[in-house]
Amino acid sequence: MTTTTYKHIIEVKELVKKFGSFVANDRLTFHVERGEIFGFLGANGAGKTTTIRILCGLSYPTSGEIQVAGHDVYREREKIKQKIGYMSQKFSLYEDLSLTENIRLYAGIYRLNRNQINEREEQLLERLKLSHIKNRLIRDIPLGWKQKLAFSVAIFHKPAIVFLDEPTGGVDPVTRRQFWEMIHDATIEGITVFVTTHYMDEAEYCDRVSIMVEGRIEALDTPQALKKEYHSKSMNDVFLKLARK
Amino acid sequence: MKRFFGFVKKEFQHIFRDVRTLVILFVLPVVMIVLFGYVVTNEIKDVKVGIWDRSRDQASAQAIQKIFSSGYFIPAGTLDHEEEIETLFRSGKAKVVVVFEENFEKNLERENRATIKLITDASDANSAQLAQTYLQGVLVGYFRSMNQDVHIPWEVDIKSRMFYNEEMKGVYMFVPGLMALILMLISALMTSVTITREKEFGTMELLLASPLKPREIILGKVTPYVLLSFVNAMTIILLGILVFDVPVVGSFLMLMLECMLYIILALSLGVLISTIAKTQQIAMVISLLGLLLPTILLSGFIFPIDNMPPILQWFSTLMPARWFIVILKNIMLKGTGFSFIWKETLILMGMTLFFILAAVKRFNIRLE
Repeated sequence: MTTTTYKHIIEVKELVKKFGSFVANDRLTFHVERGEIFGFLGANGAGKTTTIRILCGLSYPTSGEIQVAGHDVYREREKIKQKIGYMSQKFSLYEDLSLTENIRLYAGIYRLNRNQINEREEQLLERLKLSHIKNRLIRDIPLGWKQKLAFSVAIFHKPAIVFLDEPTGGVDPVTRRQFWEMIHDATIEGITVFVTTHYMDEAEYCDRVSIMVEGRIEALDTPQALKKEYHSKSMNDVFLKLARK
Repeated sequence: MKRFFGFVKKEFQHIFRDVRTLVILFVLPVVMIVLFGYVVTNEIKDVKVGIWDRSRDQASAQAIQKIFSSGYFIPAGTLDHEEEIETLFRSGKAKVVVVFEENFEKNLERENRATIKLITDASDANSAQLAQTYLQGVLVGYFRSMNQDVHIPWEVDIKSRMFYNEEMKGVYMFVPGLMALILMLISALMTSVTITREKEFGTMELLLASPLKPREIILGKVTPYVLLSFVNAMTIILLGILVFDVPVVGSFLMLMLECMLYIILALSLGVLISTIAKTQQIAMVISLLGLLLPTILLSGFIFPIDNMPPILQWFSTLMPARWFIVILKNIMLKGTGFSFIWKETLILMGMTLFFILAAVKRFNIRLE
C-alpha cells in the first residue's frame, strides 16, 4: 500500500442530495476508517444507494464536502475511480462471457499487466475452487458462485476501498456466511469495505454500522455499543426501535 | 488503447454469442433484400386490360388478339369514351387501358406510323410499371414481326401515360430505399438495445464506476456495429449488383463514404435513444415505431414524397433516410458527382452532429 496523507479513507461532511424537492440524503456527516468494515444500514428507500453512488462518482451531490481516498468527489472523480471497487445490487458480471473472460475484461479496464492478471486469476480461481469451470459462461453457474466471483472481480485490482451495494440479496444463509468470510479476508489484505445491507444479522459482522432512516443517519457506532445504547439483544431490535421512533 | 480494444473485443463476444443478434445482423438484411427484390421484380400475370378501339379495323383487331394471346393479360371489356377509363380504374376492373387512335390501319399504311396509347393505373406503381413494359414489348414485337421484309418498316408509336403517379418516382429502384432502411434498423436499433442491456443488467454502473470514461464506453460499444453495418451495406450493394442488376454508375469510394456517414448518423441516433430508454424493450419500441415506421413511410422509399400532404412532406425532411436515398440514387443510378449531393451530405452531417451533442447532453444529465 502506498503511503497517503489523508486521515480517513472516506470523509463526509454535511452531504445533501436532492431530487427536485425530495431530499434523499439529509446532511450526512460520517467517516470511514482505513481497513474497517463499515456497514451502511437502512430500510429500502432510506437513501443508501444514493449515498453509495455519490461516493463512487456515479452521481454528484447537491452540496457537502466529500473525500474518498483523499480525493474530492467534485473535482477528482477520475482518481477516485482508480482506487475503488464497486459491486452493485444486480450482478455485475456478463452472463454471456466465461469466468476467465469476465476477470480479464475487468483486469484490462484497470490496466493490470499480463503477469499480474495471470497470477491473480489463478489465485482467485483456486481460492473459489472454480478452476475446473473457468471457461464456462456465467449464465451457467449458480447464483452463489456468481456473487462470490463478482466480489472477487470487484477487488481484483486491489482497490483501497470496495463498495458493496446489497451484495447478498437473494442468496442462501450458507453462501451469505461464506461471502462474509471473503469480505473479512479482504480487510486483512488492507482493503476497506463499505457495505450496504438490510439483513440485520449481517450488521453483526461489521466493525461499525450507521443506520439510516428517511435520508438521515440516526445512529452510528459499533454493533456492541448500539445494542447497549438501545437495550437490545440484536441489531434487528436496534433497527426496529430506530425505525419506529 | 489496449484497454479500449479489450472492451471492443468483449462487445464482439456479445454479438457473436447471441443467435438473435447474429440473425438480425446477417440473415435479416439478405432475406429482406431477396424478398423485396423478387416481390418487386416478379413476373406479371393476368393483368386486366381494357380496350378502347377507336379505329375498329383489321390491324387493331390483330393487335388486340396478340395482346390477349400473350398470356399476361386478360380482357376487361371495351370502352367508347374517355370518361370510362377513370371508371374502370376506380372500380378496379382494369389496370391498363389500350387506346388505338382513329384510322389506325390507314395511318399505318399511308404514313407508316400510327399511335397506340397505354394508360396505366399507377396507384400500385410497381405492377403498373411492369404491366406497361410487358405490353410495350408485346406490341412492338408484334408489329416488327409483321413487316420484316418490308423495306421501310411500320412504325408504331406507343405513348404511355401513368395515372396517379405520373413519373413513377420513388419506386423504380428499391435497393437504395432498402439500404437506408436496413442500415437504420441495424445501427440504431442494435446500438440502443446493446447499451440499454448494460443498464438493465447493472453492468453499466460498474463500467461508470471504473476508470473507463463514458465516451470510451460508448465508443467501445458502437465500434463493432460500425464495422458490421459497413459490411452489411457492402453486402446489400453487392446483392443488388449480382442478383438484381442494380448498377453502381458513380464513384464507389464516394458511395462507401456516404454509407459510412449514414451509419454513424444512425449509430448516434441509437446512442441517443439508449439515453432515453431504461429497458431494452423500450429501446426496441422507440427504434421500431419512432424510426423504422417513419423511415418506411416518409422517406420516399415506398410512397412518393411529392404526393404527400404538405405537413407530411415537411416531416419527411426530418428523415435522415430521405436524404440518404437521394444520395444513393444519385451515385448508384445516375452516376452524378459530389456537386449534386453536397447539400444532402451536409444535411446528414448536421443531423449526425445534432444527435451526438444531444446524446452527450442526455448522458450527462443522467449522471447528474
